[in-house]
Formats: sequence, C-alpha cells, structure tokens
Amino acid sequence: MITVENLTKSFPGKGDHVLALDGVSLSVPAGTVCGVVGPSGAGKSTLARCVALLERPDRGSIRVEGVDLVALRGRELRDARRRIGVVPQGDSLLRQRTAAGNVALPLESAGMAAPARRARVAELLDLVGLTNKAGSYPDQLSGGQRQRVAVARALAASPSVLLADEPTSALDPETTGSVLAVLDRVRSELGVTVLVVTHDMAVVRRICDDVAVLEAGRVVEHGKVLDLLTQPGSRITASLLPEVDQAGSTPREVGQYDVVAEVVLVGFAAVGALLPEAAHRHDVELAILGGGLTRLGETPVARFKIGINGERSERALSWLAERDAVIRRAPRDIGGLAA
Amino acid sequence: MREPTPWDRVFDLVISATGDTVYMVGIATLLAALGGIPLGIVLHMTSPTGLSPRRITHRVLGAVVDVGRSLPFVVLLVVLSAFTRALVQTTIGPTAVIVPLTVGAVPFVARLVESALREVNVAVVEAAITTGASRLRLVRSVLLREAGPALVAAIGVTAVTLIGYSAMAGVIGGGGLGDLAIRHGYQRNDERILLASVLVLGGLAWLTQLTSDFIARTIDRRRSALRV
Ligand SMILES: Nc1ncnc2c1ncn2[C@@H]1O[C@H](COP(=O)(O)OP(=O)(O)OP(=O)(O)O)[C@@H](O)[C@H]1O
Ligand SMILES: [Mg+2]
Repeated sequence: MITVENLTKSFPGKGDHVLALDGVSLSVPAGTVCGVVGPSGAGKSTLARCVALLERPDRGSIRVEGVDLVALRGRELRDARRRIGVVPQGDSLLRQRTAAGNVALPLESAGMAAPARRARVAELLDLVGLTNKAGSYPDQLSGGQRQRVAVARALAASPSVLLADEPTSALDPETTGSVLAVLDRVRSELGVTVLVVTHDMAVVRRICDDVAVLEAGRVVEHGKVLDLLTQPGSRITASLLPEVDQAGSTPREVGQYDVVAEVVLVGFAAVGALLPEAAHRHDVELAILGGGLTRLGETPVARFKIGINGERSERALSWLAERDAVIRRAPRDIGGLAA
Repeated sequence: MREPTPWDRVFDLVISATGDTVYMVGIATLLAALGGIPLGIVLHMTSPTGLSPRRITHRVLGAVVDVGRSLPFVVLLVVLSAFTRALVQTTIGPTAVIVPLTVGAVPFVARLVESALREVNVAVVEAAITTGASRLRLVRSVLLREAGPALVAAIGVTAVTLIGYSAMAGVIGGGGLGDLAIRHGYQRNDERILLASVLVLGGLAWLTQLTSDFIARTIDRRRSALRV
C-alpha cells in the first residue's frame, strides 16, 4: 500500500522555481498495479523519484505500509529504501557486474551471507526467466533482458512495493511483452504493490488496475482503469480504446442509418452478446461501422461505432444503455462522430 | 677522442640504472596511488554532484590540489629538499627522488581519480542508492568498481609521467636512467650510453603503458572490452 499525500516538489530554475509536483495525492492499494501517465515534463519521474526516496519533497507525505518515509535519515532511510524496489528510468545496471552480481547488490546492502545470497539470486533470476544469463554482463544482454535483471534486482530484498519508471520505453512491442509479463507475475505471485510510470498505453491496458493522469504536476484523473473507461469526459479513454473512425465508415455510409452511435462495452458477456441481442430483441438492423476490440488485463473491452435501422432503433439503444454499455450519440445531421 | 665505452660496460650501467628507475617510479607510483586515490574520492564525494556535497571542503581541497599540480617538478625537487632530507636523511640518489616524485604525483592522481569517478553513470549510482547501500558500499562496490578500468588507466598514465619526471631528476643526481643519460651520455659525450639509456627509458614508458592498457582491458566488462 502506497499513500502519497499533498506531495509538492520544486526545483530551483532560472529566475523562478520549476514546480514539478503541485500537491499530488495518490493511493495505491496493496497488491494492485497503478499506472502514472501524462505528457513529458508532467512530473512523473519526479513523483517516482520522491517515492523511491531519491528526492526529498518540499511538502507532503509518502507512506508505505502506513509508515511516513519523508522524514527518515541515515540508517532508517537506507532500511526504508530496501523495502521499496526501484526500476529506474533508463539503463541502471552496474556494467562491471554480471546479471547475478547486479541482483545480489541489495542483498549485500542488507548484509545477507553469501550462500543465502546465491540461493536468493538464483530464485530471482528464475522469476524473470534469466537463469541461463546469470553470468552475463549487462553489455551482453538485450534491452529487455537488462530491464528484467533490473526488475529482479529491485525485488531482491523482498520489498512490498515496486516502482518502475518507463520500464518499457526503449523496447519493441514483443520485448515490452516479456517485461510486462514479469511485472504482472510480480503482482500476482508475490503480491507486490506496483507503481509504474509510462507513456505507453499498452502498459496501462495490459497490467494496470488503476491509473493516474498527471499534468503539470497535478493529478487530473485517478481511478480504476475500467471505471474511467465508462466515465464520460475521461482524458485517457480515447487512448485506451480502439479507434472508431476507420476506413469503411464514411459519412455517406453513416447517413444510411436512423441512429448512429459509439458504444463502449466492458466485459466478456457484454462484448460477446449484447449487440446481437439488442438487434434481435428489438427487431432492428444493427451494423458495426468501425472500432474494435482490445483487452484491459483479462477483461475484453470494445468500442464500436454502430448504425441502427428500424422503427425501434431508439429503444434498442436505450436497452443497451440500461445494460451498462456506454453510449455516445452521433449528431444525426453531421453524419460523422465527433472524436 | 676517448675510446667508446665497451658494450658490456654500457649494459651493466644501463641495467643498474634501469633498476633505480623502476624502484623510484614503482614506489612513487604506489605511494601516489595510496595518497591520490583517497584524495580523489574525497574530491568527488564533496563535489556538488557527489554523494556528500560539501562546498567549502571541495573548494579548499581543489585549490590545494591544483596548486600542487601546477608546480613544475624541477621546482618541487629543489623546494622539497629540506623536507626530503628530514624524511630520508639524504637529498641525492633514487630514494631521495621518490619524495618529490610522490608529492608531485598525488594531486595529479587525485584529479584523474576524481574525473574517473565523475564518469560513472549517475543512474547507475542512484539505482545502487535505492538498494539501501551505505556510502562506504557505494564507493567500494559501485564507484570504484565501475570506474575500475579508468582508475587503472589513471595509474598507468601516472607511472608513465613519473618515468619522465624521474629522468629529470638526473639533473640533480637523482640516479636512474635519466641521470645516466645526462651525466654519462650527454655531459661526457658518450653516444653509446646516451643511446642505450634513452632507448631503455622509452621502452620502459611504452611497456608501462602497454601493461596498464592490458590490465584495464582485462578488468573491463563493457562491450568494447569484449570485442578484442
Ligand atoms: N533535477 C531537476 N532540476 C531541475 N528541474 C527538474 C529536475 N528534475 C525535473 N525537473 C523539472 O521538473 C519537471 C518534471 O520533470 P519529470 O522528469 O518529473 O517529468 P516526466 O513527467 O518524467 O517527463 P518524461 O515523460 O519526459 O520523462 C520538468 O519541468 C523538469 O524540467
Ligand atoms: Mg520521466
């Protein structure tokens, strides 16, 4: 469990100060994954660095498992750092140490004896699927492998919290998948609370339970990913869901229908059966004009642009809305959907 | 015109002088490393981007080191003679030369070490900080190890520089190859000795550089080192 309250951090700049964090409050329940997204310079890394105890905030509190960490110093600070695993932005492995040596570093800091250390390192490398790379140096590893070593290192001292700053930013989609799979296991098998900074919506889609949107040092949106999807006016819905305006849904074609709307469907049952059932029950012709299907974690989610023809088109649409489909009507006379 | 010195005599002289040079430079390099590495670590640690920034300490130490570095070796040789006498009871011969060599090299090593440590990637050090490592561990296991190849190179450069300085010590009868070249070779116009001592001096410098490059490369685990 991570609780950040009213966190403020400024940096001295030319002339006036740069206010990187402006009263950020955020709470990540134990055993969940929270994504932090936002434009470049929004303060995401600053937030992560404050929680990682690398940066001292001007004001506010950071509590992990209920303990406020902001005021700690010396030995207490070092012990607290060991309880928070950190995967920093960019390359962060010791280049003169093997993968195993890097993973061992937190254990050395904790004063663990060599035999126990070796066993633990083997366990961690197994967790991230790099047992056969134990003796390789960072320069002999691929970007994705290096990042997985960094995750293993972050987890070495069995922290209850893991922070990852852009863990996939330099990786191709396939390698991203391998790193995300590891982060997902960390949550599900170890029950670790994860805070992941990212600009990649695929990361949010695949592993995040919650998401916080940071803009100019403030949290402008925060909640469960699935809840935000169905919330009107949410800033991230558009980037999480499939595009609706694709080839084949030209305004002219759209004009043939009595009703045109955008629907968001969440969950297996809704995505699979709701649209055909609506058509059947109300005896209308229902066509999918655009959009598509994606997954948020394990949950299938769809956004479609649909066209309905028939006397009871409006009834069919309300019926969908009653069943928790999120409906956005297209203005009939324009013929296309506002993005 | 004198008879040229017979080659076997040249050989004996050069061998003995080489021994003196290796002794002077070896001990001076060792002492300079022992003094310069901790000093360089402190310089880096106290710098604004270091692990324990101390502005005043950093400035004062930096000034002392730079003054020490800027003094020409020949001046050190003379200025330090009283100190040298107090320390080793003599001002001539190889042992006496070790004193100014060391004093001249300590600030040199300190600056090289400081810049080697500064080159260690900040993200790597920060990552180590987040593991809860103590300052001592950060210096030992992270800074010194990551900068290892650069530190070896720094010591190598120091040794080569000291070979040059030790030759200058020939001017005041310091012993070693430089002394041989100047007093026997140059002043007595003995071409064989001049040639032999200069060649061996150059060879020694070259060999030292080669050795330091080899060690630096051997301990370096970065890709460039693996390509050999
Ligand atoms: N050490 C620093 N000194 C001065 N200003 C800083 C420092 N670190 C961050 N900032 C400023 O704080 C703001 C937030 O930076 P931060 O690195 O947190 O952004 P970010 O959201 O992580 O961006 P990106 O997505 O590009 O990584 C920026 O305006 C940046 O210039
Ligand atoms: Mg960042």
